[in-house]
Amino acid sequence: MAGAFPQFARKAPRGASVILHLVGRRAASALLTLLLVSIVVFTISGLLPGDAAQETLGQSATPAQVAALRHEMGLDRPGPVRYVQWLGGILRADPGQSLVANMPVRDIIAERLPNSLMLAGFTAVIAVPLALAMGIAAAVHRGGKVDRVLSLATLSMVAVPEFLVATLGVLVFSVKLLWLPSIALVSSEASLGDTIRSCALPVMTLTFVVVAQMARMTRAAMIAQLDAGYVEMAELKGVPFGRIVLWHVMPNAIGPIVNAAALSLSYLLGGAIIVETIFNFPGLASLMVNAVTSRDMPLLQSCAMIFCAAYLLLVLIADVVAILSNPRQRA
Amino acid sequence: MTLAAPETHQNVTRRGQITVSGLRIVVGPPDAERAIVEDVSFAIEPGRTLALIGESGSGKSTIALSLAGYARPGARIAGGTIEVGGERVDLMDGKALRGLRGRRVAYVAQSAAAAFNPSRTIMAQVIEPLLVHRLASRKEAMARARRIFASLSLPDPENIGERYPHQLSGGQLQRLMAAMALITGPELLIFDEPTTALDVTTQVEVLKAFKAAIAESGATAVYVCHDLPVVAQMADEVLVLQNGRTKEAGSLGTVFGTPADPYTRALLAAADHGGLTRLPRPEQECVPLLRIDGLSAGYGKIRDGRPEVPILEDVSLLCGRGEAVGVIGESGSGKSTLAKVVAGLVPLADGEVLLDGTPLPADLGGRSREQFRKVQLVFQHAETALNPVKTVGELLARPLALHHGIRGAAAQKRVAELLDLIQLPAATAARNIRALSGGQKQRVNLARALAAEPELLICDEVTSALDTIVGQAILELIDSLRRDLGIAVMFISHDISTVRTFCDRIMVLYGGRAVESATCAAFARGPHHPYTRLLLESVPQMDPAWLASSAARAAGTGLPLNREICRFEPRCVSAIRGRCNCEAPPLRQSQGHGQNHTWLCHHPVEALGAE
Amino acid sequence: MTLFLSFARSLPLPGRIGLFLVCFWLLAALAGPLLAPYAVGAFVDYDVFSPMSGKFWLGSDYLGRDVLSRLLWGARYTVFLGLGAALLASVTGTSLALVAAVHKGWVDEVVSRTMDTLISIPSKVFALVMVAAFGSSLWLLLLIAAVTYVPGNFRIARAIALDLAAMDYVTFARAQGETPIRIALGEILPNMLHPLLADLGLRFVFIVLLLSGLSFLGLGVQPPHADLGSLVRENISGITEGAPAIIAPALAIATLTVGANLLIHALKKGKTA
Repeated sequence: MAGAFPQFARKAPRGASVILHLVGRRAASALLTLLLVSIVVFTISGLLPGDAAQETLGQSATPAQVAALRHEMGLDRPGPVRYVQWLGGILRADPGQSLVANMPVRDIIAERLPNSLMLAGFTAVIAVPLALAMGIAAAVHRGGKVDRVLSLATLSMVAVPEFLVATLGVLVFSVKLLWLPSIALVSSEASLGDTIRSCALPVMTLTFVVVAQMARMTRAAMIAQLDAGYVEMAELKGVPFGRIVLWHVMPNAIGPIVNAAALSLSYLLGGAIIVETIFNFPGLASLMVNAVTSRDMPLLQSCAMIFCAAYLLLVLIADVVAILSNPRQRA
Repeated sequence: MTLAAPETHQNVTRRGQITVSGLRIVVGPPDAERAIVEDVSFAIEPGRTLALIGESGSGKSTIALSLAGYARPGARIAGGTIEVGGERVDLMDGKALRGLRGRRVAYVAQSAAAAFNPSRTIMAQVIEPLLVHRLASRKEAMARARRIFASLSLPDPENIGERYPHQLSGGQLQRLMAAMALITGPELLIFDEPTTALDVTTQVEVLKAFKAAIAESGATAVYVCHDLPVVAQMADEVLVLQNGRTKEAGSLGTVFGTPADPYTRALLAAADHGGLTRLPRPEQECVPLLRIDGLSAGYGKIRDGRPEVPILEDVSLLCGRGEAVGVIGESGSGKSTLAKVVAGLVPLADGEVLLDGTPLPADLGGRSREQFRKVQLVFQHAETALNPVKTVGELLARPLALHHGIRGAAAQKRVAELLDLIQLPAATAARNIRALSGGQKQRVNLARALAAEPELLICDEVTSALDTIVGQAILELIDSLRRDLGIAVMFISHDISTVRTFCDRIMVLYGGRAVESATCAAFARGPHHPYTRLLLESVPQMDPAWLASSAARAAGTGLPLNREICRFEPRCVSAIRGRCNCEAPPLRQSQGHGQNHTWLCHHPVEALGAE
Repeated sequence: MTLFLSFARSLPLPGRIGLFLVCFWLLAALAGPLLAPYAVGAFVDYDVFSPMSGKFWLGSDYLGRDVLSRLLWGARYTVFLGLGAALLASVTGTSLALVAAVHKGWVDEVVSRTMDTLISIPSKVFALVMVAAFGSSLWLLLLIAAVTYVPGNFRIARAIALDLAAMDYVTFARAQGETPIRIALGEILPNMLHPLLADLGLRFVFIVLLLSGLSFLGLGVQPPHADLGSLVRENISGITEGAPAIIAPALAIATLTVGANLLIHALKKGKTA
């Protein structure tokens, strides 16, 4: 039958290899972006600011002392060389010594990273299903009461500063009701119940911040599909609405929805900076704030790179899901 | 009774009887509603086909959809009765409507590309009506689908269902959508402009398949269409609509043969090109204005005279001063690319474009002010060709300032003259472009090109976005301007019958190659390239017997992978095996009529046969 | 004024609320110092964190200063820093986008790649790195906030500009031999203004949240200046008493940003409907 189907006869490499190729390209592009990000981060924090040696020693230091320290810190070498050394350190998972804590940056991060991941994980587990439910409910009841209420609520929620949510949370649950601790004490000795209790307020705050954006984007993704011609066709075939949503719309909306979830979760990274600080949560974000306050550049750079890598990873995952869910790219 | 086969439906006697009376459909909020359909009544006897005809905004699609109890978002059925097979559709609740749709009333949409879900296989979507109405098991349903695929002469009916929509051509999808409608054996089939999006050579096969399917299923059909020759092939009865109201109704023969209403007469006249009376041009010496020699162009980087994505190859064309030359081609033929190359928007990869004997620089950068002025473009869609933030006056004044340095009061005077030329009142100058109708916008679009006082006007499908009557008027305007102002016109169109009546020379493009070119007189005498023949035979005629007798036939689909051989070979019914699919076709010239008729074909002139 | 009223009436209820809140804060920022009952740094209450009273409408802060007066002064910093940075970000981003859209090819490649890189750095992280490197004087904060939100504006403006650059009227202008600058400013930009205005509003909301956040962390506006975020920070110890000194400035920021967001949304909807 190939004769009657000339357009089928010319088969490009199909299936798994195509997908692998596409995913590989996205991954390579993400890595390239990460490399460029590292240049930006290093240029801003390592090259542009004034002389770290002068700063460390203060105004009273003699030029000779400063020059000696500059040499010791490697500041007398050209920028690109310093960048390559710095990047090499990060790639070897040895980004150097924290200037303030006087211990390896790696050790400090190793201690804090699991806490941040736990916080993000808890939040994602609660926020993602909640946001999807809200977004889908609003889209399905478009223009109805549910939609209008949710729209107003999420529109307001995205613009509320995290510290207001956190402050009100503390006021209500810790100060008035005395249910939850206002300071998150997390340690390996604490029991699971204590850990959950102490994480409750930070997780609630972060969820509040993330859910609104995610729900709005989910709604938009669903509505774009509900307006498509095939939905009208399905209605004219007598397909029940539930089946239209699940069988027709979902496979097409899943890519954009995952994208929405990933982008919103990436907002967690920024939101966590305020929330971790308020609740004294020993995570990566509050560590980064400390690094800024104390101008501890090696620590700051490492934290920034981890946040950027996490963002790019989330976007990459969303891209891959979009590729997998689209038959145009699958077959 | 839900499992009863459609053949033993309880309302045997009234099955397929459609009665609509006093139908009123409105849009807008309840306190400010506006009727888009008002007091429309008709009845269709079982097994008959009613065509709803009219121009855009006539409400024909809205009425057709209401037969399935459906109104598009924003609209609602506000009055009247709709009966299908003895049951009141207008009184049905959601559940009853779901039982009706897809089972007793089925719908075929205009764009199959939009109506099929891109993420599901064709088979899953075609059998869905059977499954959701619990009329058959999955296995039976698939078997039935394959039988229908075969009866609609779809290729590879056993496996075509496993494909996704994006893997199929427009004509195939349109037939597959008909299969989806036919699968439950409905008593009413609604066709909503089902071939409007197709090329004319694809349309023939699809129309034949639809006609056979309607006859075989015995269903009543409603056929929405603005193309009267197509209606003549498909319909038994006709209802003429304008602005949501009935203008005329009756049998096909009566309405088309002896139209009573002036509006119907205008529609018929436009469809027949009756309004077009072109003065025969005296055979005069051709003073070349535009000469294209061996042009190749496309997109992407150009290497050794070949672009990365070649569109046009080895195209030559001559256009004399004050002449009209028609470039005919279907989608993908490269006709719009040709316009863009001449205008400098797509760089020339190889060959030459001479204007007044001087070669035009390959792209915009090298062109002089005079060269910009001499070649003017008129686009298909006036909505997107005119900047929406500007007034008509501003739009027309810009080329005056740019090309002629005319500003201020002189410019205002000239704008008024231009508006007069295109038969719009001078007050139009102050209006925003958004406030104009489609036809008015297209006139402004034309006036803006004329403001530059060009020597060559390139008209790219200037009427295809317009209703027939409006388009007809624009064509007449262009023709009269050409005669009065002596401007040469390059007329790019998919519609061979329009081009034929309008032009002094004709070129037929297929797959980026000029397969045939001729002066109008030579073209009328023939013979023709097999593709031109297919094109001519595919244009629907007002004669209702045309479809059955049409010889239009294509062998396959698509373009050959080998770019050297004839681009039409896969579809050509008279292709010579071993020659057409192996060697590049030679350029042949007509011996009898001098050098004014050429075509690209292996067949010698005698074998192509004169008309 | 009548024009303004008819505009307000054309908005749906959430939009009207938004308009009211935005106007309220704009007026407060403009006239605040005139209305403030006390000097901004004056210690006027012997008590600290005192509750709302006739003398101190919003109570007193951790040093016994009048919260209302400090709030009115703080709003100035928040509103004007936000507006300035949002304008700067939008003008920069849009100019770059127009350049990229008109000069496709390598110019677009380089600018887009740079912006893609910058947008991959979460905004708060980016701002923190810059604050660490350069410090946080008022002018620096304005610049940092603007730079942080340039890529987002660029991405949106470029998408709109590219869509418009593909329109037939731009093609027509090119075929007339119009210069790229004239095409960008005369044909493309006028059609971008409405969506760009909405984006400007959105950038304003983001920037207010960012700068308040930074000030809340003690990394933003530095004493003796104080924006609304700084007021929340300096009174954080009042939380155990639920003092208005901490709640009022936090609510002030929220009403400003939520109001702006509601207004933008209502305007966007009105345009598409």
